[in-house]
Amino acid sequence: MPELTSPAVDAPTSEATLAALVAAAHAAGTPLAVWGNRTKAAFGRPVQAAGAVSARALTGITLYSPAELVVSARAGTPVADIEEALAEKGQHLVAEPPDLSAICGPEDGMADGKPTIGGAVACNLSGPRRIALGAMRDQVLGIRAVNGMGEVITSGGRVLKNVTGLDLCKLLSGSRGTLAVLTEVTLKVLPAPEATATLVLRGLGAEAAVSALSAGLGSPFGVTGAAFLPDGAALLGPGGSATLLRIEEFADFIPYRTDSLSALLASHGRADRLDTAASLPLWRAVRDAVPLAPSTGEGVWRLSVRPSAGARALAALGEAGLRGFLDWGGGLVWAAGPGTEASQRAVMAAAGAAAGVFWTMRAPGPLRAALPVVPDEVPALAALSRRVKAAFDPKGILGPGRVFAGL
Amino acid sequence: MLAMPEPKAEILARREEIVAALVARLGAGNVIAEPLRLKPYETDGFTAYRRVPLAVVLPETTAQVAAALKYCHENGIRVVPRAAGTSLSGGALPLEDAVVIGVARMNAILEVDYADRLARVQAGVTNIAITRAVEGDGFFYAPDPSSQLACMIAGNVAMNSGGAHCLKYGVTANNLLGVTMVTVEGDILTLGGDHLDAAGFDWLGLITGSEGQLGIVTEVTVRILRAAEGARAMLVGFGATDVAGQAVADIIASGIIPVALEFMDRPCIHACEAFAHAGYPLDAEALLIIEVEGSTEEQDALLARLQAICARHAPSTMRVAATAEESLAIWKGRKGAFGAVGRISPDYLCMDGTIPPGRLPEAMRGIGALSEQYGLQVANVFHAGDGNLHPLIMYDANDPASFDRAEALGADILRLCVALGGCLTGEHGVGIEKRDLMSAQFGPVDLDQQKRIKTAFDPGWILNPHKVFPLVDA
Ligand SMILES: Cc1cc2nc3c(=O)[nH]c(=O)nc-3n(C[C@H](O)[C@H](O)[C@H](O)COP(=O)(O)OP(=O)(O)OC[C@H]3O[C@@H](n4cnc5c(N)ncnc54)[C@H](O)[C@@H]3O)c2cc1C
Repeated sequence: MPELTSPAVDAPTSEATLAALVAAAHAAGTPLAVWGNRTKAAFGRPVQAAGAVSARALTGITLYSPAELVVSARAGTPVADIEEALAEKGQHLVAEPPDLSAICGPEDGMADGKPTIGGAVACNLSGPRRIALGAMRDQVLGIRAVNGMGEVITSGGRVLKNVTGLDLCKLLSGSRGTLAVLTEVTLKVLPAPEATATLVLRGLGAEAAVSALSAGLGSPFGVTGAAFLPDGAALLGPGGSATLLRIEEFADFIPYRTDSLSALLASHGRADRLDTAASLPLWRAVRDAVPLAPSTGEGVWRLSVRPSAGARALAALGEAGLRGFLDWGGGLVWAAGPGTEASQRAVMAAAGAAAGVFWTMRAPGPLRAALPVVPDEVPALAALSRRVKAAFDPKGILGPGRVFAGL
Repeated sequence: MLAMPEPKAEILARREEIVAALVARLGAGNVIAEPLRLKPYETDGFTAYRRVPLAVVLPETTAQVAAALKYCHENGIRVVPRAAGTSLSGGALPLEDAVVIGVARMNAILEVDYADRLARVQAGVTNIAITRAVEGDGFFYAPDPSSQLACMIAGNVAMNSGGAHCLKYGVTANNLLGVTMVTVEGDILTLGGDHLDAAGFDWLGLITGSEGQLGIVTEVTVRILRAAEGARAMLVGFGATDVAGQAVADIIASGIIPVALEFMDRPCIHACEAFAHAGYPLDAEALLIIEVEGSTEEQDALLARLQAICARHAPSTMRVAATAEESLAIWKGRKGAFGAVGRISPDYLCMDGTIPPGRLPEAMRGIGALSEQYGLQVANVFHAGDGNLHPLIMYDANDPASFDRAEALGADILRLCVALGGCLTGEHGVGIEKRDLMSAQFGPVDLDQQKRIKTAFDPGWILNPHKVFPLVDA
């Protein structure tokens, strides 16, 4: 069964209406797909549901207090709108959530709009800064959401430090709408850097590159991005692979930081420097996995492993006919290749061999339905997943099967 | 005094049988049952409440924790997980019919990896021991609660503890990769691992800060960070709290995130100065300690910018440390704040609400009014950047009426924090101390949702019962 197309989606403009829709579906036992603007429709298993709710019409920033480093927005607010409002005050979203529309948009056509903040939180997607400053989930201070019974639940608040009660903010981050439909999120924000610089080492092999990235990340110079592109040509011109280290700082601190880091990395290779103007589009491309450029019919996967295992995972995937690149100092492996069972199994094996995890970001629907899109849980944990799912959504109506078959 | 649950008579009656069963599973050397040896476990950092437990077990392995927990679960025996017992909210307070499972003997550092910037440790390792193990190589474990010499990583995970530097480095939850956790059924689970982010549900995020309600953590993998090249502090005194609050807002708005931004009010300044002789200005109504990191030149540049910002607010004092030693002197008073207040008043309650930093002036006025109303002195220390307030309420433990007033005053302060848009606890946890105030922050739907999650992990509610959730619900 294909994923639902947008016209069938109910997109209420108030939380109360959304709650009433879910309550009615709960009463009737009708499964619902849960969407924002569907820019990540292919991220996960196909959902078998007769209806769908979307938070995309719940829009608008509801609170922004720059001096308190906090912003709240309704879940359907485009990430870009929030970034724009923050930029006006010289601030930004810490986790730099990627725009993956080009990678995991719906198979059946166009997404309904730009990535929403609710979707970014519900999928816990973070960009290169993840390695230094935390994931999307680390910035979530508060949430409002509708659980599978149509009840409006809240957790956290609008303050930076809060340990009151169980942390549902983190539990709902990354749960992809299967526990509750996010209606509003409150995030920690930070001052945006005055300047960005990149050191580029060309021509290193993957293992050597990860060593260089580790040296940079283990230095006191504040590396906030650490990626390796096996083929740097498309983004940086000829010269083979590209090993990238990013510094984000006050402009007058950049020369010292880049000098010190270059000196530290001298034994790994000669480092070229990119200024802010060249660095920003480069890291946006890394963030959005642009180097993968998957063609129609190809699949895309992400693996998270211990950084020192990244190069090996990339090599194993290469042998299986997949191409990819590394972010997060080697710990995040992006891969693309034929959307086949063989590719999927190669990803599963590589993640398993590295004691890490994988996410199927896109693959043909039947493949996503047939094979796990994230690692299977051990029985005791799978039992907990079922019980926790039931604690939010006793009839299993929210995004059934989205992450795990039968859940 | 907070109400405590009645011990279950049928469990008390089975004491000998229970102790024998625990000895059979863990060995006599790992089980404590003699009254004299149980006494040290009767309380934690929230010393006003004491309950001698039925028995204490100190397992040496995860398998032993699993055996003890499974037995207790199957026999309906309450369990109180314990690490170092420094909780300030009564999180580790035992019950007469409960078995305390303590992780203090599981104190090995299992792995340190600088290339991957992680350390895997047993749950009974102290917070400081992690930093000590890696500081020779320039690394550190970032969350640094003031209790770090004593408190253990298991307690930090259970409370999601913070520290003076969490404005920049985050709290415990932001610095973890994985835990090994034993469920009440005795299943040993790995949640998270050596990698970043969860593929399914974020179990690690849920477990962190769950106050021993969901399982017992036996191993923790933390992220370790390379320390900055150096750090230096400055001290600024202001004639009014509001002005100090405005200076804090201007600092954050300027784009500088100091590693620490601490606030002290007049009573606290006086207590600390009398204790530590740190050279704090006694004429100031509010004192800020601001710390920055980086190379020496970067520190100079940041401190100069901060001086310029503070100067706009007509500070009564401004002192910038020129050396690491001068920084230590500035911190000396703040680090000894609890001890200093302890000298003026042997007994005090340390509160832990959070407010939006912009509401600081209202919070200070409100706390001042409440302090007068209850006739008890309050000194305030405050992590100003993140809004975490620590009002220290001084009382006399020999006078039960004074303690009751202190508790009531504390509850009113926390209600004030919630009313100002904040929360009951920023880092010390709910424990028993704040459990009955939970309904001030959460509606019944929210509490029921949390309780259903608790039930999913612990169907018999044997784990750390009568904490976190209001007693009526337990
Ligand atoms: C002087 C002083 C200063 C302090 N300063 C700070 C501060 O700056 N920041 C801060 O955040 N806190 C602070 N605290 C509070 C306290 O130190 C922290 O909450 C600390 O994390 C508790 O650790 P612990 O090892 O003492 O745990 P305990 O007190 O033994 O237990 C704390 C909680 O964890 C649970 N628990 C213990 N072990 C396990 C386990 N293995 N599995 C599951 N649950 C478990 C317990 O049941 C209890 O609920 C301070 C306390 C004192 C006395």
